[in-house]
Amino acid sequence: MSRTRTPVVAHWFAGEGDAFRLLGTRCTACGAVFFPREDVLCRNPGCQGTDLDEVPLSPRGRVWSYTDGRYRPPAPYVSDPELPWRPYTLIAVELAAERMVVLGQGAPGVTVADLEVGMEVAAVPGVLSEDAGTTWTTWHWRPVGVTA
Amino acid sequence: MDDVALAAGGGDGVTGDVAVLGAGMHPWGKWGRGFVEYGTVAARAALADAGVDWRDITSVVGAETVRGGYPGYVAGATFAKALGWQGARVSSVYAACASGAQAIGTARAQLLAGLADVVLVVGADAAPKGFFRPAGGDRPDDPDWLRFRVLGATNPAYFALYARRRMTVHGDTLEDFARVKVKNAAQGSLNPLARYRKAVTAAEVAASAVVADPLRLLDICATSDGAAALVLSTPEFARRHGAVSPVRIRAVSTVTPTYPTTVLDLPDIATDSAAAVPPAEHTFRESVARAAYEEAGIGPEDLSVAEVYDLSTALELQWYEDLGLCAAGQGAELLREGATAPGGRIPVNTSGGLASFGEAVPAQAIAQVCELTWQLRGTAGARQIEGARVGITANQGLFGHGSSVVVVR
Repeated sequence: MSRTRTPVVAHWFAGEGDAFRLLGTRCTACGAVFFPREDVLCRNPGCQGTDLDEVPLSPRGRVWSYTDGRYRPPAPYVSDPELPWRPYTLIAVELAAERMVVLGQGAPGVTVADLEVGMEVAAVPGVLSEDAGTTWTTWHWRPVGVTA
Repeated sequence: MDDVALAAGGGDGVTGDVAVLGAGMHPWGKWGRGFVEYGTVAARAALADAGVDWRDITSVVGAETVRGGYPGYVAGATFAKALGWQGARVSSVYAACASGAQAIGTARAQLLAGLADVVLVVGADAAPKGFFRPAGGDRPDDPDWLRFRVLGATNPAYFALYARRRMTVHGDTLEDFARVKVKNAAQGSLNPLARYRKAVTAAEVAASAVVADPLRLLDICATSDGAAALVLSTPEFARRHGAVSPVRIRAVSTVTPTYPTTVLDLPDIATDSAAAVPPAEHTFRESVARAAYEEAGIGPEDLSVAEVYDLSTALELQWYEDLGLCAAGQGAELLREGATAPGGRIPVNTSGGLASFGEAVPAQAIAQVCELTWQLRGTAGARQIEGARVGITANQGLFGHGSSVVVVR
């Protein structure tokens, strides 16, 4: 059975393979960058901007911190209660150009034992969950040089 | 500020003081009953403590729970009805974990403005089992819904990110985090209102299950049922009432963050970008405390006791630094010296903290002020810190809410 690949949130990321990017927006008036994207109003308190352009975020950053989820999170996180819970890793990544920290799940197979604060990671396409007709896609952070 | 200035009272802060005539709580626990009952019990305890007849209260302010019903059954009116309608002015506030402090702030503003002379403040919750979770439905425009849907990022996940960051940047250890729990559990064992009243050892913390690496179950606060209430009045009402030297609230800080935020706060998926606008000199938590100090006209050196929001053990250490009890990165050292334990320079969480109570969201910031009230009155029993004169609370919740209350005597 073929499933439709659908982003878990529309317009937050795009592209495949090395061209994968998180998508934010940039205020055309003051240059402030936003992720998750702001499309209507700039949140810089000193700016009245209402014109924001879509902008890809830096594909790589450095680990600001990391953790994992040893217990099944509640809905709306989707997991199969019939299957044993498999912890996932959460990585907060500092993007140098944007001067911001973006949270994401680690790529499958990446555990806290593989991570250190300051380590370089890349945003890669990932799968959050699958149901009957849909593969819900997301972004993952993966240590650079690791292909697991 | 010295004792003489404090004893003179009234004029040292930016605003006038309001008197704390009464404090009361319903014990924290998992009682399986409704938040209205808990809140009413706490309210009656506070009224009895104040010696004020409910029918003389001119304003009621309720701190709302979301989970006990839809936003709080509009908490202020719900408590007023349960206590028996008597015509008082009513307000209800919701500000996540800072709801209780905003309720105190609302009452204080009414008192300082002359809109009321004696106000009842109540917060109560009946918390669900397990992780806090967002309201149901498909709500992709709600950041709290999104962080669960997209990342499965629970509250402890954020606490763990902060803890790991501290370990790397400041050299904090798991043993330091466990020390916080041991300290707070020892205090909780002395508090009949606490949910957990057993001493805990560092070995027990280390042996508890990892919830979110590096934090263990005993590093993270539970979710509890509980309620707290205060009777606040103008100084004039207090004098007429015969309260000669009441504990007084001198500052209530409820400031918002300053763009761009640089710390990943709940429930956000990212910080702001500091590319276009450089970050402010102080983080959000620091700014919450600084606003309280400024309003009260005091500094960290004036404090006798502090109640801080130890959602996790590691966060208590962060608060030491954000309150200016020590320099950035020195929180663990302050703890190791014993400065924040009873007998130390600045005992923190003499109540036992969230570690011993668990969080009853809209009640918690009020409960912090109850503990300070008892400490400053000298009626905290086995937990009493000798000569306590000035106390501060600190608290932070979702969506840019935080609070700090300064209490003096």
